[in-house]
Amino acid sequence: MDRILNLVFTTDFISSVIRVTTPILFATMAVLMSERAGVVNISVEGAMLISSLMGVVGSAYTGSAWIGLLIAVLSGIVYSWILAVFHLRLNTNIVLTGIALNLLASGLTVFILFLLTGDKGVSTALPSKVLPNVSIPLIKNIPILGNIISGQNFLTYIAILSVFVIHIFLKRTRLGTYIRAAGEAPEAVETAGKSVKSIRQKALIISGALAGCGGAFMSMAYLSMFTKDMIAGRGFIALAAEAMGKGNPILSFVVSLLFGFADALSNNMQLLSIPSEITRIVPYLVTIFALAIYSGRDLTKKKNPI
Amino acid sequence: MPDLIQMKEISKIYGNGIYANRHVSFSVREGEIHALVGENGAGKSTLMKVLYGLEKPDSGEILINEKPVTFSSPQDAMKMGIGMVHQHFMLVGSLTVTENVVLGYEPMSGIFIDHNKARQKVMQLSESFNLKIDPDIRTSDLAVGLKQKVEILKALYRGAKILILDEPTAVLTPQETEELFTQLKSLKKQGFTVIFISHKLKEVKAISDRISVMRRGEMIATVNTQDVSEHDISEMMVGSNITGKIEKEKANPKESYLEIKNLVWHDNNKKAVVNGISLTVRSGEIVGIAGVEGNGQDELIELITGLKAPDSGEIILLGKSTNGKKIRQRRKMGMAYIPSDRMTLGIAREMSIENNIISTKLDDKSIYNTIFLSRQKIKSLSKKLISDFNIKCRSERTEIGMLSGGNIQKVVVAREFSSNSKIIIAEQPTRGIDVGAAEFIHKKLIELRDNGCAVLLVSADLDELKKLSDSIVVLYNGKITAYIDDVSDVSDSDLGNYMLGVKKQSDEEIGRAYNA
Ligand SMILES: Nc1ncnc2c1ncn2[C@@H]1O[C@H](COP(=O)(O)OP(=O)(O)OP(=O)(O)O)[C@@H](O)[C@H]1O
Ligand SMILES: [Mg+2]
Repeated sequence: MDRILNLVFTTDFISSVIRVTTPILFATMAVLMSERAGVVNISVEGAMLISSLMGVVGSAYTGSAWIGLLIAVLSGIVYSWILAVFHLRLNTNIVLTGIALNLLASGLTVFILFLLTGDKGVSTALPSKVLPNVSIPLIKNIPILGNIISGQNFLTYIAILSVFVIHIFLKRTRLGTYIRAAGEAPEAVETAGKSVKSIRQKALIISGALAGCGGAFMSMAYLSMFTKDMIAGRGFIALAAEAMGKGNPILSFVVSLLFGFADALSNNMQLLSIPSEITRIVPYLVTIFALAIYSGRDLTKKKNPI
Repeated sequence: MPDLIQMKEISKIYGNGIYANRHVSFSVREGEIHALVGENGAGKSTLMKVLYGLEKPDSGEILINEKPVTFSSPQDAMKMGIGMVHQHFMLVGSLTVTENVVLGYEPMSGIFIDHNKARQKVMQLSESFNLKIDPDIRTSDLAVGLKQKVEILKALYRGAKILILDEPTAVLTPQETEELFTQLKSLKKQGFTVIFISHKLKEVKAISDRISVMRRGEMIATVNTQDVSEHDISEMMVGSNITGKIEKEKANPKESYLEIKNLVWHDNNKKAVVNGISLTVRSGEIVGIAGVEGNGQDELIELITGLKAPDSGEIILLGKSTNGKKIRQRRKMGMAYIPSDRMTLGIAREMSIENNIISTKLDDKSIYNTIFLSRQKIKSLSKKLISDFNIKCRSERTEIGMLSGGNIQKVVVAREFSSNSKIIIAEQPTRGIDVGAAEFIHKKLIELRDNGCAVLLVSADLDELKKLSDSIVVLYNGKITAYIDDVSDVSDSDLGNYMLGVKKQSDEEIGRAYNA
């Protein structure tokens, strides 16, 4: 236990919490955007997976990490848009379509990877690029804090920035207000003369872009390659984080930090020669417990139904 | 003067084959209040949705100021100055009054919504039309009457000159209704045109200039209000004679079936919403509960039916305590319940009429062949109830959500009345129901009473309460403020004063609700 505590209270550890929170945070914001518009988007997982591969492929073939990122974001958007077309235009069930898209992503990425490299597991054969870390002048010189805040990956800052941008976007802009209204009372939006479908479609496109960033972070920052099924449930953890954050961007951010903490803990526990089979379940256990506590609290509230 | 709106030969067939409007012609003059009446499912809401661009007609045309128009969305209708307040409110609860009013037409400054300007506009509007309301409050925190004001403001903000109100008074208290009428009359003075759907003929008679009557998808007639009596209107609506009066013998109450002792229930904010209520309902009597919405009547009913558990006090059904008893057990003990919120509590929307009817009868052997449900028996039971209660539908297997509001209510009532229960809890049993069906339900309630049932009736409609109840209990702020044992003797203004908490009876008088 002591060893764990020693491990937790180091700047390296805290800095790694922020690092591993990044993809969860992107996923959470992606879920949040669509959820607020009234679409349960479980295919964020799949969108991230596709983007993580496309980022690697894009950067490898163009030689530019930035173009790789752009391609990743576009792939996320396309994937989300497919969900929009199926659910909003063809009226398919949202959850089943989401599951199908997740399964498709899992198979499709391996297939593309195999076509390009002949390998079914990792993309080491592709000379892909990574996105840069950014050291922030002045802040980097502050003791302790400097080590934590400065020197993170470019996308980490974007992720944190996105929380506040989304917060303001939902609150103060027109589309943001429509998105909230479409999630809460679609008939009200429809009778006010706005198309709920087109609002949801826009929300899904934003959601896809965020998932794209999350995917790019996984393969171009967290690791420097694509590996099979590398999203490892982060898209689903995000569903939990969003629900526990009650759809509020800031609160959801805090909850994703909790899950990031669990993730970082599990990574670092491996250094303490605890078998990785055990440490790897930590983030998922934390998710389940957190959800149980959360909904337990919800139940006591619901003792008085309606 | 030419008509402002002319709808010519409008036909509308819904996707499920229901012929909701058959060659309906309807016209409205500028500056009039035009009432649209008709039985449940007659096609009133459909016709108005066509006019508002929410439904596309299959044939027919619409002329506004003699120019043909086609609406493919409500936005098109709004551009022509048509605004609609729907039967079910269309507000976003977490948004403020201001945000709801401007929704879709927000004033902007740069990429952000200019909230100050929006607020100002709403304030101006609410002042100039005398629709007073706090612009910063969330609409989920508003009482029904105020929500309706927001809806009207919403339409006015969008530049509506023609207001369509679909059953605006169904959920209002008498006071709120009166206020609404004053506002509608002042709108009329300012040159607005109002189309008003209602089942309450008294109101129709009081406020409208002309009345159009629909029956089974067709337009029967349009008449000047002053030329007809309530009685004439109802005859046109159903094509038969309806008296509106109810023959009722004096009650002959026997032993107590439902006994409520000192019931207390607190909400999440620790407020005592039900605050020490005691009352008795005996076999062979109808006890009415009056009160302005939100004074504890909903919660009282939820406590009795088992949707909520009391913090203290007791409820006794047929001599047995209900403490810890679940809803199903209470039903088995002999309780039937017609909920006011039929959409969430009364039915399973996506299931057939048949399945909704048997949903509370699954313990009943008479619908089984040994161990399996008998299709034949269910079908004949459903068919019987459909014809007994005159439910308008294509077949017993129609999805219930497809029915009009009133017909859904009839299914619920049919199911509950056919359960042989001894205690009937009827909450707004005729809300949104046409006069013919309402009279039928009223007669049934009295028949059940005469057969020895105990009936507890909650209604926002004072006429209904006075017509049916043998005694009335008035609730205010979670407490009983009056017990009226002689219903024929009480005036509306007295009732109103008790309901608003202006007057209160002595504790002894109130005690009679339990002891009498
Ligand atoms: N969206 C829909 N899909 C299919 N059928 C519908 C739909 N809406 C209404 N109907 C059917 O069309 C008919 C007319 O319904 P409408 O809602 O216009 O009646 P209404 O006159 O407003 O009745 P009420 O007084 O009960 O509100 C009914 O038979 C109803 O079942
Ligand atoms: Mg209607």
